[in-house]
Amino acid sequence: MKRILVLALALLLGAAFGGARSLSAQQPRSGAELETAVKALSAELRCPVCQGLSLKDSPTELSMEMKSVIRQQLAEGKTPEEVKQYFVGRYGEWILMEPTPQGFNLLVYILPWVGLALGGMLVFFLVRRWTRPQPDPLAALAGAPAPTEARWPED
Amino acid sequence: MNWRRVLLVLAGILPLVALLAFGMTRDPKELPSVLPGKPAPEFTLNVLDYAGAPAAPKPTVSLAEHRGEVVVLNYWASWCLACRDEHRALSEVAERYAGQGVQFYGLLYNDTPQNGVEWIRAMGGQSYPTLLDPNSRTAIDYGLYGVPETFFIAPDGRVAHKHVGPVTDQVLTEWIEKLRAQPQREAE
Repeated sequence: MKRILVLALALLLGAAFGGARSLSAQQPRSGAELETAVKALSAELRCPVCQGLSLKDSPTELSMEMKSVIRQQLAEGKTPEEVKQYFVGRYGEWILMEPTPQGFNLLVYILPWVGLALGGMLVFFLVRRWTRPQPDPLAALAGAPAPTEARWPED
Repeated sequence: MNWRRVLLVLAGILPLVALLAFGMTRDPKELPSVLPGKPAPEFTLNVLDYAGAPAAPKPTVSLAEHRGEVVVLNYWASWCLACRDEHRALSEVAERYAGQGVQFYGLLYNDTPQNGVEWIRAMGGQSYPTLLDPNSRTAIDYGLYGVPETFFIAPDGRVAHKHVGPVTDQVLTEWIEKLRAQPQREAE
């Protein structure tokens, strides 16, 4: 049982990190391909003058200008990662909608799964206890000691 | 009372409470800047031209020309209310340090030149030149969050400090004096 839990946790973690890394270093240059890349990247960057909005979702002028900076840099052949680093170099890690999975930030990625695993284990053990076969009621009627009494013979 | 169980539950809850308590001590509105210590992003920008403007040596200004001087960059806009509060302090301190190796520049952010000129007139003038930043490219280069923000650039071309919100005479004087006292070294 433990092994299955560990395996499941490992798989989930792998999926989480794999998903975060999936934005590959493709180099889009123009047209629709470029626009798709601009959209994808602007969804990962925070709008500096908004509350919790990404550049993609923000209609402010600064966001528009930042999006055109993204478009320009991607068209020049920079990778999405390089463009991200340009903004991180100016605004800091704060500009990323998702914190990078490093150091203290790792807590954000790991804690939910740990919580899920602990909760799952709790439910598992509780359900097992609740569904444990009850002692035969006929045997109790026949004068056999109740299970609680049986466990504490000195009482 | 089962003490082992109590301890177990506490061991589970306390770290979480500690983590959340740590979170409460952090200010979500704090605006971090990674620029201090780094070379200031270069720019070449046009000077805002209007009748009565302070004399600028050239119609365009490059930051690189001011290596060896303390540069104070103040981002402002005519629609920015807090910029009115700091205007007098900026103009006065700039005047006090004129010709002493300290250069002030305003940078007009997300605004039209015409609105900028009208604002300067309404405020009774500005003692230093303001530069135009079309498409906010320089603002983005400086990691600007909003206006007003003031950057202090050391003689070696590094950003020494960023002040968010209206700046005061005291803050300006303190940083300028600190930077003027610094031994000059070349930026890498």
